[in-house]
Amino acid sequence: MPSATLLGQALISGVLAGGMYGLLALGLSLSWGLLRLVNLSHFALAFLAAYLTYELGTTYHVAPWWAAAMIVPVMFLIGLAQHWLFDRFKVNELASLLITFSFAVILEVAIQLYWTADYRRFETHYSTMSIKVGGFYIPVLELVLCMVAGLLAWGTWLWLRKTYVGKALRAAAEDADIAAAYGVDHKKLAYLLSGMGAAYAAIAGTFIALIATLAPTQIWAWLGVVFAVVIIGRLGNPLGALLAGMLIGASESIAMAVFEPAWAPVVSFSVLIAILLWDPEWL
Amino acid sequence: MNHRMGAWRRRHVLGGFVGLAALGAPAILRAAPSGQPVKVGGTLSLTGFLAQTAVIHKIGAEIMVEDINSRNGFLGRPVEYIMLDDQSKPDVARSLYEKLITVDKVDLIMGPYATAPILAAMGVAQRYGKVMIQSSMGIPKLQTYDMAFPATPFGSEPDKTYPNVLLDCMATLPAPPKTMVIVTSKFPSAQFMAQGMRTEAEKRGVKVPLYLEYEAGNRDFGAIAARVKEANADFLWVGSLGLESNQILESLRKLDYTPKTSFHLYPAPGPLALSPDGNLVWSSTFLEPDEPFMSRPGMKKIAELYKERATKANLPYAIIDAQAAGMVAAWQILEAGVNGAKSLEDKQIAAWLKKNVVTTVYGPTKFDGLYNHGEPAQLIRQVQDKQWKVIWPKQFVAPGVKLIAT
Repeated sequence: MPSATLLGQALISGVLAGGMYGLLALGLSLSWGLLRLVNLSHFALAFLAAYLTYELGTTYHVAPWWAAAMIVPVMFLIGLAQHWLFDRFKVNELASLLITFSFAVILEVAIQLYWTADYRRFETHYSTMSIKVGGFYIPVLELVLCMVAGLLAWGTWLWLRKTYVGKALRAAAEDADIAAAYGVDHKKLAYLLSGMGAAYAAIAGTFIALIATLAPTQIWAWLGVVFAVVIIGRLGNPLGALLAGMLIGASESIAMAVFEPAWAPVVSFSVLIAILLWDPEWL
Repeated sequence: MNHRMGAWRRRHVLGGFVGLAALGAPAILRAAPSGQPVKVGGTLSLTGFLAQTAVIHKIGAEIMVEDINSRNGFLGRPVEYIMLDDQSKPDVARSLYEKLITVDKVDLIMGPYATAPILAAMGVAQRYGKVMIQSSMGIPKLQTYDMAFPATPFGSEPDKTYPNVLLDCMATLPAPPKTMVIVTSKFPSAQFMAQGMRTEAEKRGVKVPLYLEYEAGNRDFGAIAARVKEANADFLWVGSLGLESNQILESLRKLDYTPKTSFHLYPAPGPLALSPDGNLVWSSTFLEPDEPFMSRPGMKKIAELYKERATKANLPYAIIDAQAAGMVAAWQILEAGVNGAKSLEDKQIAAWLKKNVVTTVYGPTKFDGLYNHGEPAQLIRQVQDKQWKVIWPKQFVAPGVKLIAT
C-alpha cells in the first residue's frame, strides 16, 4: 500500500502536470466551442513557440518571459492569418480538422528542417527548483505554470461572461443569424478569438520549452489527452478546461503511484468514457 | 574478449585489418571506382519518433559511402546509396524495401534503424533472398532470418550477458549495491533488457524491491520519481531511451533526491552527459572516442568526419558514439562481404560472412553464433567531467580513467 507521503506527492505532481493540459486545452476549447473549428495546429503552434523560446534563450540568452513577450504577439498575428484562410475558403468544422492537421504536419516538418529531429532541452538554473511544504515538494516552474493557466482561464471566463464582446461571441456560437440580427459582427470577433487561441498556444509553448523535452514529433504527444480535457471541460469553457486538465493530471499521477506507470495513458480516456456514460448536465 | 581472440583464425583477422588499412592509404595509390554504380537501398527513420537517433545513423552511412567510393567502391564500381524515409513506421519500411528491390532494382540492401523497422525490412529481405546487415536490433532472438547479420555486438542473449557485465562492475564498488530499483520504458528493446536485469540481479543476490514500466513517450515522471525516492534503493537501473533519463533525474531532483548510483540503458548521450544531473551516471556502450577504440584502423578519421558532419547538421552532440558507430560497422561488414566474396550475389556474401571475421570499428566481429551473432561486447561507461568514459571491463578502460564511486 503506498504511503500518504507518496500519494500526496503524486497528487501534487499530477495536479501541476494537469495545469499544462489545461493551458494547452484553453485555446483549443475556445476555437472548437465558439468558432466551431477544431484546430489541430494549436499543438504545432505551441511547439513552434517552444522552439522559438529555446532558440532565443540558448542562442541570444533572452529570458523566457521576454521571449514570451516577443512570441505571443507574433502568434496572435499567425492566428489572425490562419482565420483569414478559414474565412476565405469557408472552412467548416470537419474540414477544419483536416486542414489544421495539414498545417501541423507542415509546421512539424519546418521545425525538423531548422532544429533537426534531435532532442532539445532548454536548461535553466530554476528548472528543478522546488518549495518544501511539510513533507512535500512543490516544483516552482510547474506552480507558476498553474498560476498562469489559472489566471488566463479565470480572465477568459470573466471576459466571456461580463463583457459585450464575450457575450457576443457566445451568442454567435449559439446562433450566428440571431446574433447578427442584434448587430453582432461574428466575423470580426472570430478573428479576435482565433488570435487569442494562437496567443494562448504561445504561452503554453513557453512553458513547454522550460519543462519538457523538445522534439518535432512531440507535437502529437499531447493531442489525445488534451482532446479528452477539452471534451470533459466542455467546449468553449475556459475554467472547465483547466479543472478537467487537473482532474486528468491527478488521475494519471495517482494511477502511476498506486498501480503501474504504464496505465497512465489509459486513465484520461477512461475518465472521458466514464463521464460520457454518466452524461452530466454540465457536459 | 581476450579469451575469444585466441579462438579466431589469424589469417581472417589479418585479412580484415588489411582491408581497413586501406582507409589510411593515400588516395593516389588507389584506383577510382568506375562504371555502373552498385545500388544499395535502405531506409532510415528520418521523420517520426525515431528520427532523433536515425539522423546519427544517416551521417554514419554517408561517411562510409564516401569513404568506400574514395577507395575502390564495390568491386571497382562506385556505390550509390538510395536512402528513403520510413517515417519510423514498420509498415512504411516494409513497403519501401519492396519498392527498392522490385522497382529500383537495387543490387544490395542495408538495414534500417531500430528493432521494429528492422523486423519489417527483414521479412522483405527474406522473401527476395537479400543479405541484410542491420546495426541496431536490440532483441537478437528476433533475428531469425539466415542472411541477416548484426553489426553491433549485442551477442545472442544480451538480456542475460549484459546484466552480468553490469553486476560485475557494481561488485567492484567499495560498497556493492544490495538493492536495485528498475524503471523502464515499455519500448520493446528496453523492456526486454529490464526483464533480464531483474532476473540476473535476483540470481546474484541483489534484491529488486521496485520494478516499474512506463509507456514510451510518458510526459510526467513526478509520480514515478516519488516511488523511486520512497524505495530508496542502493542502485537505480533505468531502461530509458532518448531524454527519458534526463526527465527522470530532473523529477528526482525536484524531490530533493539523488540516486546513489544510476545506470541508463539507451539515453541520448549528449544531453545526459552535459546535464548537471548526469554527473557520474552509468550507461551502456560498445565504443567511445577514446583509447583503445581510437587505435582501431580508420577510427580516428571516422570520428573526425563524424564531428564535422554532425556539427554541420546542427546536432547538439557531435561526438561519435555507439549509435553512429553501428551504422559505420554495418557498411564495413557489407564492404568486407562484397570484397571477400568477390561478388554482389547475396548468397555468396552471406556464405563468406558466416565463415570469416570482419574487423569493424567495434573490433573483430564474427557471425557464427546463435541468430548470426558473435560474442557480446557491451561495456559500461560513466559521465566524468561531462564526457563519457568507459569504466568496465578493465581492458577497455583508457589510461588514467577509473570508475568513480558515488
